[in-house]
Amino acid sequence: MSRPVVLSLENITMQFGGVVAINNLSMEIPEGNITALIGPNGAGKTTAFNCITGVYQPTNGIVRFMDKVIVASHPTGKDLKNYKGWNADAYAGMKIIDPTPDQITRLGIARTFQNIRLWKSMTVFENVLTAKHMRAKQNVFSATFRANAKEEKRMRDETMALLEEQGLDRFRDELATSLPYGLQRRLEIARALATDPKLLLLDEPAAGMNPQETLELSEFIKQIRDKYGLTILLIEHHMDLVMGIADYIYVIDFGSEIAQGLPAEIQSNRKVIDAYLGVSEDE
Amino acid sequence: MLTEKKDKTGLFIGAVCLAVLYVFLILLDNVIPQNSFTLLLVPVLKKGAIYSLVCVSMNLLNGFTGLFSLGQAGFMMLGGYAYAIFSIPKDQHAAVYQYFDGGLIQFSIPEALSNVLGESAGAIIGSIICIMIAGIVAAAFAALIGIPVLRLKSDYLAIATLGFAEILRAIFQWSGLGPITNGSNLLRKYTSLSAIKIGSLKLATFFPFFIAGISIALIVLLINSSYGRAFKAIRDDEIAAEAMGINLFRHKMLSFVISSFFAGVGGALLAMFQTTIQATPFKSAMTYELLLIVVIGGIGSISGSCIGAFLFIACNEWWLRFLDNGSFMGMSVPFFRDGFRKVVFSVIIMVIVLFFSKGIMGDREISFAGLARRIRGSKPSGGKEAPAK
Ligand SMILES: Nc1ncnc2c1ncn2[C@@H]1O[C@H](COP(=O)(O)OP(=O)(O)OP(=O)(O)O)[C@@H](O)[C@H]1O
Ligand SMILES: [Mg+2]
Repeated sequence: MSRPVVLSLENITMQFGGVVAINNLSMEIPEGNITALIGPNGAGKTTAFNCITGVYQPTNGIVRFMDKVIVASHPTGKDLKNYKGWNADAYAGMKIIDPTPDQITRLGIARTFQNIRLWKSMTVFENVLTAKHMRAKQNVFSATFRANAKEEKRMRDETMALLEEQGLDRFRDELATSLPYGLQRRLEIARALATDPKLLLLDEPAAGMNPQETLELSEFIKQIRDKYGLTILLIEHHMDLVMGIADYIYVIDFGSEIAQGLPAEIQSNRKVIDAYLGVSEDE
Repeated sequence: MLTEKKDKTGLFIGAVCLAVLYVFLILLDNVIPQNSFTLLLVPVLKKGAIYSLVCVSMNLLNGFTGLFSLGQAGFMMLGGYAYAIFSIPKDQHAAVYQYFDGGLIQFSIPEALSNVLGESAGAIIGSIICIMIAGIVAAAFAALIGIPVLRLKSDYLAIATLGFAEILRAIFQWSGLGPITNGSNLLRKYTSLSAIKIGSLKLATFFPFFIAGISIALIVLLINSSYGRAFKAIRDDEIAAEAMGINLFRHKMLSFVISSFFAGVGGALLAMFQTTIQATPFKSAMTYELLLIVVIGGIGSISGSCIGAFLFIACNEWWLRFLDNGSFMGMSVPFFRDGFRKVVFSVIIMVIVLFFSKGIMGDREISFAGLARRIRGSKPSGGKEAPAK
């Protein structure tokens, strides 16, 4: 159980104006694990993803990826005056590191979105192919004059292989947005895989899926984890899925952690049941 | 295999059409006798080709990258001036820059080359070099203003680029820059389209089609490359593009600089066509005209922009001219007077926008491969491969 830690959040706080969306959240995600982040609506799960991926600069705290600090922040100026989160001085004096999302993706962290964000004018094939752009060695001249033909062919072949593996090759020339919902989620995962990630962040991958599709998705997530040697962090509301595949679970409510542990421990945790599971089973 | 064969037939038909067009243009300049019809047709063709290029370059930015920029007229002006300044012959400087002691730059690239290579080769190669300089100057300015401006969101970007173009126009007319820009006076006497010939073979109409053709072909190659896909990704969803590792600023800058380069080339061609150049006409109205063509042709369609450009120029400068003349087929019609053309024109545009809300072409392209398929008799099947035969 002593696998190396791939991603760690240390005391992350994210404050929007007066709202503390995440307060002092720490997580450790070991290599090869499927870790789940759960919590009621508005708990701050997506915000946590956005802090990891450079969409938001957290107000306080650091993020480490493979032992390297990739995000570091502490409140300054006006933010410091209005700061309502945990320990403002914990990282004071540390150099602020605020990468853009593409820099994070380049490091090997890919994600999907809660509200699917496929490129709507592009086909299924093009959606995946375009995600390969980041790793290509070409420049704008070699690409325009087709001096990169070999690389382009390689990108196309890899894309096709990826689509075949995901069972999406039948739809390769369809517009991405014309696919049924479940397949769009699959395609978003395929697109994320095309960036060659080490860590995959999935934001509610089963949202809008029927039980059958959800079951297939569980299998699928395990498959890609094994095949690509991925580490996975996943936000999900479907408890069956989470309990079935997660190695470890973090539960947050109102931005703060209320529990962490193995699925069995979480299932019987009073606090969690009160805050979350009770609510979700009524749905 | 099939795809390859299909592509080749398409390419072949395309090449044949292009060759026929170019031969026709050369005949038009040299063999076909001038009459009242060709006198109207030729300028429309030339200007249509130039506008096609500029509109395609604008489409690259607005249609394919989703950046709502309104600086195109400014970049054209930069290109036009750069072209003119470097191609005014030495002995004409005193006359052109009469208020500014003959100006600052005292050489002409086409003239210098003519002294070495002979007159026609010098004019052609020299003007092509000046056109490249025009593009580079426009691109350099784009790179400079892109740094602050491209961080802005859509509406602000439009306002900032429009403002940039207007300010630039004012600066160009400022007498302090007179030794270079000739202040608010015309630049003239530079190498124009009529100087482009091989021996006695005139290429005045062929040349703008040639340069515009190559430029548009380059833009099409870019759009169909990995970079073009990245541009479209930014247009469709910026957040997703960034999350998939596409650096927004770098790619927006690339698109902006390349678009401006070709706007500069278009400006140079326009200067050659007009034989004189002045800052006044490059105002925001010109950018709106270009935007209108892009919208009418179809945002995101290269062939749409070209069709739109030729239709627009033809209507504006030819087909609707009779509306301003006060008579129609011999009869005098009182309300056919100055400005009525603009009224009819606006109505036509409104109708197009109402009934073809995505423009004439939408985001489709004319495809010679599709044409080839149709000729061979198999059914076109929306984007998919034709059934094997
Ligand atoms: N950009 C923002 N500006 C202001 N408030 C925000 C912003 N993003 C998120 N929030 C707030 O942060 C809180 C957490 O939102 P978040 O989207 O992270 O919740 P979530 O756990 O993903 O919920 P759900 O299960 O509904 O997806 C919410 O109260 C939300 O209103
Ligand atoms: Mg969420």
